[in-house]
Amino acid sequence: MKYQASIFVTLRPSVLDPAGTAVQSALRQLDYHVDSVRIGKYVEIVLDAANDAEATLKLNETCDKLLANPVIENYRFELNSITQESKL
Amino acid sequence: MKFGILVFPGSNCDRDVATVTSGILQQPTRLIWHTDTDISDCDVIVVPGGFSYGDYLRCGAIARFAPVMRSLQEHVAKGKYAIGICNGFQILTESGLLQGALVRNRDLHFICDRVPLRVERNDLSFTQKYQKQQIITLPIAHGEGCYFADAETLKELEDNNQIVFRYCDAIGNVTDSANPNGSLSNIAGICNKQGNAIGMMPHPERAAEGILGGTDGKALFEGLLEGLLVNA
Repeated sequence: MKYQASIFVTLRPSVLDPAGTAVQSALRQLDYHVDSVRIGKYVEIVLDAANDAEATLKLNETCDKLLANPVIENYRFELNSITQESKL
Repeated sequence: MKFGILVFPGSNCDRDVATVTSGILQQPTRLIWHTDTDISDCDVIVVPGGFSYGDYLRCGAIARFAPVMRSLQEHVAKGKYAIGICNGFQILTESGLLQGALVRNRDLHFICDRVPLRVERNDLSFTQKYQKQQIITLPIAHGEGCYFADAETLKELEDNNQIVFRYCDAIGNVTDSANPNGSLSNIAGICNKQGNAIGMMPHPERAAEGILGGTDGKALFEGLLEGLLVNA
């Protein structure tokens, strides 16, 4: 089975996000007053796996090892099997 | 007393370090490509500054999986010396050889400056040529040099005396205004528990001869040399 994963890597709440703060102040200048801005990363991965469980396992491994640094980041992902129909 | 300097795609301070170890200190030195795995001939491994792998994903995140890094883990486990400077520090934290992480500077600027540092301990080979609490001046040049660790890790670093350098003002006070990048507790450099691996954001290799405007970094390499001689 082919899967597409949408992975969201976000800074842990305890880590300051100066880039997010700068964007928030830019929004304020545009007169958009928002409570907070936190900037993270979005990663799309297409992979083969026998089933959902195997895909989830592989993705957890890639996130733990490389895509996210647990010292400063959290991650979550959404997993979708790519069917033949959707490819066409 | 052989120095090995790791070279990743994007490293750019490797030759600066070689100029100090080979040129000034006259020690055998070799550059080690990141795909090499035999580093057993080296007593000291330097992980130099630069932008390994373009700083993609996170600074140091990709370099830590280079083949040579497994050999570096073994090198450190044997008690041999390793020092990570700037991007090298980021690589060592990413690899777990040192605790914590380096994140974007508090004020978003890339900072290229000379800053005073306080030497927090001088019982390491790296720092034995300094006085304890000595104030030295070293260049910094980084965009992601803000040291971060959770409260538990910080306590561990404090309890084990692992903080080696702190940013300070001209007379040695560790204050927020003397903190260039927002680093936790003004941390500029730390070591592992055993004290044979250190990481620092400032560049000692850029301050090792007068013509470059400062020599405060030279003692770090010289101290290392003495440590080696004692242990040899």
